[in-house]
Amino acid sequence: MGILSKKDAALILDPLADNNPITIQVLGICSALAITAELEASIVMAVSVLFVMGMGNVVISLMRNIIPSKIRIIVQLVVVATLVIVVDQVLKAFAYELSKTLSVFVGLIITNCIIMGRFEAFALANGPKRSFLDGIGNAAGYGFILVVIGFFRELLGSGTLLGIKVLGDPIEKTGLYAFGYENNGFMLLSPMALIVVGIIIWVQRSRNPALIEEN
Amino acid sequence: MAINTDKNTYTIAFAAVMVVIVGALLAFLASALSAKISENERLEKQQNILYAMGVNENEGSGSVSFIGTDKVAEAFNTYIKDQLVLEGDKVTSNDAAYLIDLKKEESNEKAGKTRRLPVFVGEKDNKEFYIIPMRGKGLWDAIWGFVAVDKNMIVQGVYFDHKGETPGLGANIKQRYFMDDFIGESILNNGNYVGISVAKGNNDPANELKTDNEVDALAGATITGDGVSAMIKQSISLYKPFLQTIASN
Repeated sequence: MGILSKKDAALILDPLADNNPITIQVLGICSALAITAELEASIVMAVSVLFVMGMGNVVISLMRNIIPSKIRIIVQLVVVATLVIVVDQVLKAFAYELSKTLSVFVGLIITNCIIMGRFEAFALANGPKRSFLDGIGNAAGYGFILVVIGFFRELLGSGTLLGIKVLGDPIEKTGLYAFGYENNGFMLLSPMALIVVGIIIWVQRSRNPALIEEN
Repeated sequence: MAINTDKNTYTIAFAAVMVVIVGALLAFLASALSAKISENERLEKQQNILYAMGVNENEGSGSVSFIGTDKVAEAFNTYIKDQLVLEGDKVTSNDAAYLIDLKKEESNEKAGKTRRLPVFVGEKDNKEFYIIPMRGKGLWDAIWGFVAVDKNMIVQGVYFDHKGETPGLGANIKQRYFMDDFIGESILNNGNYVGISVAKGNNDPANELKTDNEVDALAGATITGDGVSAMIKQSISLYKPFLQTIASN
């Protein structure tokens, strides 16, 4: 990373692994649970959050010296909500099909605790450039986990990826299903998202014991 | 210059200015884009109606593919012969019937006014289709759709959509493998207008039985499926007099 100093690069890279918002800080679990039954939905959510968080962090950072501390949470909410509505309206006008996929997430993005968390913890105390990198990094870390969960849930739960039947047809009994393989309907239910998150956390911490908290 | 951001007057002024700026921005955006958005919604309705009567670009057993937005207006004029509005016993022709807001009509009925019921008459390959709009409740929010029947009351195609059903579960009512199951089912059973229900019995997973008024449910989407059954049943009962006239001709 020639353009970014080591410190700045860490802002992007840390949340992807050792300071991941989902697996380490255990934030954003609610939306990780709600929308990861399909890979496509996970990707749409990841991209939307990336946009809202990058922009939101910059806006909050630019306003950080003039926001009255008494109402800062409300100001943050207004900024997120405005950004989400702007995105939603623009998509409705120019990419109608995509906007229908996104409409389910509008509420979930506004209430995503990672967004508010980064506004509070980072953007209020740092300049716009660093805040932008921090926003992108955290959204990417969140999105990455989302896509991994979505991948396994859709593959094992429906036998498809992005709606394409990769394991054969369960009704016609072709592909894997010819050998008696069955889709695991449990994977489509929300609790299994938590179990997948748990497995990711387990793998991550056994690879890097420094992440395990002392009791 | 340091501003004292803790003062109450500053807080109130900040909030007021913020609300004005954000409000103006959103109002500007909404009015600038509203024409484009309503045009998109209008074309989508035409696409959905045509989809139900089999005018679409589906290939094999893949995903739902509507007729292109560039061609839809022309196709709508070609295939939709007549748009009718039923008001009590009165039947009138109305070229804008597809724009009737079903939700508004429903609340009009509750307010004691007559409910206007749109129905579309399509023709393709010398065959007539009667396309009925539907609206109901899923698990989280509204579900809606269109069902196309021929004069023997055999379903020729359906289209379902939803506002906020769970992705991967209830949201799959708009997948082809669910919608295609309805084709060929009858909405009649021994002369009664019973509709088609989404059944969990797993008696007929490949949906080969076309006389049972049932299609196989989606796993994990019981309430959405029940909503679909109820929606079909309710719409058919609303349109029963009209369908009876068609069937007896």
